[in-house]
Amino acid sequence: MDYGGRVRLDCQNRSGMFGVIQLATAHVSAAMRVDFVQTAAASQVSIVTPGGLSRAGRLSRERVHMDEETEQDTRDAMTALLLSVGRTQDVTAFETLFRVFGPRIRSYMLRLTRDGGLAEELMQETMMTVWRKAGQFSAEKGSVATWIFTIARNLRIDSYRRSRRPEIDPNDPALVPDGDPQADSVMETRQSEESLRAAMTRLPTEQREILMLAFFDELPHSQIAVTLDLPLGTVKSRIRLAFGKLREALEETA
Amino acid sequence: MTIRHHVSDALLLDYATGSLGEGWSIAVASHLALCPSCRKRLTLMESAGGALFSVTHAAPSDGPAIDDSWARMRARLLDKPDAGNLPSAPSPAMKSPVAPTLPEPLRSYVGGDVDTLQWRSLGRGAYHLPIATGDKSTSVRLLRIPAGGPVPEHGHRGRELTLVLAGSFHDETGVFARGDFEEADEDLEHQPVAMPGADCICLAVTDAPLRFRSWVVRLAQPFLGI
Ligand SMILES: [Zn+2]
Repeated sequence: MDYGGRVRLDCQNRSGMFGVIQLATAHVSAAMRVDFVQTAAASQVSIVTPGGLSRAGRLSRERVHMDEETEQDTRDAMTALLLSVGRTQDVTAFETLFRVFGPRIRSYMLRLTRDGGLAEELMQETMMTVWRKAGQFSAEKGSVATWIFTIARNLRIDSYRRSRRPEIDPNDPALVPDGDPQADSVMETRQSEESLRAAMTRLPTEQREILMLAFFDELPHSQIAVTLDLPLGTVKSRIRLAFGKLREALEETA
Repeated sequence: MTIRHHVSDALLLDYATGSLGEGWSIAVASHLALCPSCRKRLTLMESAGGALFSVTHAAPSDGPAIDDSWARMRARLLDKPDAGNLPSAPSPAMKSPVAPTLPEPLRSYVGGDVDTLQWRSLGRGAYHLPIATGDKSTSVRLLRIPAGGPVPEHGHRGRELTLVLAGSFHDETGVFARGDFEEADEDLEHQPVAMPGADCICLAVTDAPLRFRSWVVRLAQPFLGI
């Protein structure tokens, strides 16, 4: 699927942000209208393709909660925007991504720094990296949200913790390659993302809580045990159970 | 190569979230280089992070208005018009005829592959090579244990990660060969023995300062007379 069309963005300031993006692309046949509302005072983004408003009519009744189909459309739209940034340094597409992910990156940084100014700096650096590396994004490897999350995480380690993150080198001749690199098509990736999200909402609260502390407060599992006053073994087994369920959900999709 | 011993979910999660220190991460990342299945597990964890990330709501009071943030960002983009569009993928490195024994990121940390290293003798055929990192809370080193050489029975105070890079050893929990990863804590009392045939080269990461009872020190004891 090719989203290589132009993206037009009209922004009106209205108690936050209200943007209408028209995806004028020859390859997207289905009309997409995506509303997502972050918080009461937050921004709304609507994506409308010309010609079809049938789904838009249905979705406008349900602005607060995204249904599954809408969520999928949102992710497709985010992918299209990022690919457009990578291909043509599309500033308007980048603005939409910035308005969607900027506040989330800021909250993520704030959890650790507890400093609004610093969180803003780290968010700006993260989005600058997104801008510079957009050409390296590959939709086959995962979602825009996951890609941006890893950039934000690495920046938090490098710039805030002033530490290094040792990583594999994909071009290392000693690297043992994946058995079947063709195994994951875009379609499978999209489906598995949906399954993953669904499975995550089904996780017991005690397991979700641990994942939140791990990802957002950057607590190692040993510290999570201290924070929650739980035996280390309990925390380890909840982590094992949680990812066991997520893996299971993905295997059912495959 | 079939890897039998992998990184645990709890440790891999620490690596995925970014909370794992540099020293431990060298062992985890070097295992990842040798283990496609753990790379897949890491991808799942990062996707879980991405999913949490995208459902997280930004509090309105988090910082400056997004319009102001965007104005700053936009000014920076216009200021550096050439900053965008890094090449889509770096060109693949030349494949050397023989793949190195040490994978990245380890190889860069030690400054070359096994045959170029300045091993320090522990006597009686055993060698070690301390590896400098920016992480003062851990001690990272390569060990070369002579084929068939025993390691005294020992326990651990704190965590000890071992990644086998060449040869193999066995203990009560099984056989560990190239790529195998052992995560030991104070609960594990084991007696590793290098298998005959080839020297066993492994990466060992321990809490610093080295505990008296750790494998590395116990290995050195018979030779150093401490
Ligand atoms: Zn593994």
